[in-house]
Amino acid sequence: SHLQGSYGEGEMEGDSKADTPDVPPSTDNTPQCLNKALEGLSSRWKNWWIRGILSLTMIIGFFLIIYLGPIMLILVVMGVQIKCFHEIITIGYRVYHSYDLPWFRTLSWYFLICVNYFFYGETVADYFGALVQREEPLQFLVRYHRFISFALYLAGFCMFVLSLVKKHYRLQFYMFAWTHVTLLIVVTQSHLVIQNLFEGMIWFIVPISIVICNDIMAYLFGFFFGRTPLIKLSPKKTWEGFIGGFFATVVFSFFFAYLLSQYQYFVCPVEYNSETNRFAVECEPSNLFMIQEYTLPAVVQNAKTVNLYPFQIHSIALSTFASLIGPFGGFFASGFKRAFKIKDFADTIPGHGGIMDRFDCQYLMATFVHVYITSFIRGPNPSKVLQQLLVLQPEQQLSIFNTLRNHLGEKGMLPPAVEEAQ
Amino acid sequence: RCGSETEGKERDGASDNETKSDSGVPEVPVSADDTPEVLNKALSGLSSRWKNWWVRGILTLAMISFFFIIIYLGPMVLMMIVLCVQIKCFHEIITIGYSVYHSYHLPWFRTLSWYFLLCVNYFFYGETVTDYFFTLVQREEPLRILSKYHRFISFALYLTGFCMFVLSLVKKHYRLQFYMFGWTHVTLLIVVTQSHLIIHNLFEGMIWFIVPISCVICNDIMAYMFGFFFGRTPLIKLSPKKTWEGFIGGFFATVVFGILLSYVMSGYRFFVCPVEFNNDSNSFTVDCEPSELFQLQDYGLPPVLKSITGWTTVKLYPFQIHSIALSAFASIMGPFGGFFASGFKRAFKIKDFANTIPGHGGIMDRFDCQYLMATFVNVYIASFIRGPNPSKVIQQLLALRLDQQLHIFNSLKAHLTEKGLLPALEEAA
Repeated sequence: SHLQGSYGEGEMEGDSKADTPDVPPSTDNTPQCLNKALEGLSSRWKNWWIRGILSLTMIIGFFLIIYLGPIMLILVVMGVQIKCFHEIITIGYRVYHSYDLPWFRTLSWYFLICVNYFFYGETVADYFGALVQREEPLQFLVRYHRFISFALYLAGFCMFVLSLVKKHYRLQFYMFAWTHVTLLIVVTQSHLVIQNLFEGMIWFIVPISIVICNDIMAYLFGFFFGRTPLIKLSPKKTWEGFIGGFFATVVFSFFFAYLLSQYQYFVCPVEYNSETNRFAVECEPSNLFMIQEYTLPAVVQNAKTVNLYPFQIHSIALSTFASLIGPFGGFFASGFKRAFKIKDFADTIPGHGGIMDRFDCQYLMATFVHVYITSFIRGPNPSKVLQQLLVLQPEQQLSIFNTLRNHLGEKGMLPPAVEEAQ
Repeated sequence: RCGSETEGKERDGASDNETKSDSGVPEVPVSADDTPEVLNKALSGLSSRWKNWWVRGILTLAMISFFFIIIYLGPMVLMMIVLCVQIKCFHEIITIGYSVYHSYHLPWFRTLSWYFLLCVNYFFYGETVTDYFFTLVQREEPLRILSKYHRFISFALYLTGFCMFVLSLVKKHYRLQFYMFGWTHVTLLIVVTQSHLIIHNLFEGMIWFIVPISCVICNDIMAYMFGFFFGRTPLIKLSPKKTWEGFIGGFFATVVFGILLSYVMSGYRFFVCPVEFNNDSNSFTVDCEPSELFQLQDYGLPPVLKSITGWTTVKLYPFQIHSIALSAFASIMGPFGGFFASGFKRAFKIKDFANTIPGHGGIMDRFDCQYLMATFVNVYIASFIRGPNPSKVIQQLLALRLDQQLHIFNSLKAHLTEKGLLPALEEAA
């Protein structure tokens, strides 16, 4: 209670910091077999081994689902999203002791479903255009998609207003805001991840691998060479780890990108094949994934040329972001955990904590990759543009047709027969 | 009131630790009387209750006249007013956050909140400018680059703010800082996105801006009048002054008002035409061939009405039918926005959002029912009225690779030929 005194008059809301019960000690989720195998070791080494084994398991799991293909990946992303949402909402319940609030659990999950419906609907409309055109009910749902999503959201909003109970107003508003901010963070990120995936699995695998590598490399460099603390928020991070991790990650991503760029499986946009009703990854690789010669800058003697994939240059940008800005996502999560006096988000993974603990550095990465792709890599999606064209009024279509014909004619793309007809 | 609230919470059991401190939150200081001196003198003779009524009435009329004046002044002024209202609303809500959390002394926080407001506005205005001022943007080199990499620049600006927030975390104040961060973001979500949807609606045609706002105002006033004269059954515990009679009476009155107002406005190009930016005169113009929506058509009356009125058909603008949907939404859902704001005020024990408008409270108090309306109108337009914006589609088309353009060209040609829109000569290709 001496904490309350040092706050002074002003910090009433924060006072309850002293009142929040500590999170109950983590239950030990470690499977029995591991426990038996590591019986002999001291507690510190045991913890290190558990973390190591679980890390390896997760990485192997990652490779496995990549092998299983895009559909599996989408399902796993969805599963992770739901679990993250659940973890954060549970923390909210605990902080506000709002287990007994009427309706609130239902409303949180309802909003999750609404927002997911909105995002998945937009994705389905974009990528499954041919399938949608075939099925009549799907066509209706797609055409009025935004209206339906909005109506669903409004229903939730009204339920919230009707559920306001006199004694609990403030708590209910807090939980409402908590839910919305969580949705904003978790659900939008997961959908950007899926959009990146559709660009090509390499845009999904490389960023995630880079962040994981940065995590591990920064830890190793810090372990062996760490001396100068980086930031008060996370006392275990050091400048040596940060800088060493940066260089190691850039080098890793450079070679990893080289490795993956060779396979069509990773490089081609994921497309939905209407005839076989499955996803196909087959295409002519774009310029980005074809070897080109680059001359080394004059600094290097005997100006040589190297054969690189242009994608490797992009991977340098990605790994730089992951190493420099990614950690801020981690600091944000650390600050959050300290603010609400929790050690880990949950106890799902033995030795590591919850799913959110593993994904905290990934938050910003997915958004960055998406913005990077839309700004520097691709233009608009052609099938989406065609869709929009077909929805316009006939006169507008005709005028666009003429504009396009002139444009293509200028560029010499049209066969002479058509040009003559003009 | 303060005492009984605390008791209630104690009875609740120990579950409301966060809100126990409610009793510690100081009551908002008594509203300063902002009424101008001239009004005070004019009304000095009346009793306090009537005086309040007159002040509210006069201010209401002043606001409505102001509304008409800015409409007359045109789209540019409207956009600036929307921007100002947005900034004021943001300021009001953030100020409430400061007083709730006593976080006046948090390092950096005022700067960060305004910085995030700037970022999000930059993002939205940039998208709007790119869409509607396309040719102007293509002409000027710096604008072109800003527009091409717009999302990246906006994201970079936002990230800078995010990193500053992380660096500004101070040991004793973690929780407060996260609260204010969350508070700022939710406020941005509500206030800024709504204001940009309003501007998008405005560009569709000023009628899509004026009619929805007028319907909400009308519903407010009519529900109040009906409640005043006929009100008996309370509507919801949250707002004890609202009654079912007011709600239903307001609904019918608003629908009728909406139909009549749309009839009046649909006749004028100034209201009906999309706002366009004229490259040559570098100003906004509202000049066009009114779309089908704003041309009188004959509608056959259902037999019920036929027998009552003796007419067989009636001339209406199709827009009037749409206005029924808009006013129905304003009357039924608009009040929920008001209840939300009432609940919010009760939750944080404030009487009004601010003291800007004498007799009415803050700007937010006047706009609480408008929140949902702007979004609804925007979604309604996108779903039922217009398709995608043709100039935007051309933009995207010309940005594609040439082989993709050719592919689309062929698909479009096939489609248009099917529809018989292309002369047979083209088919020879």
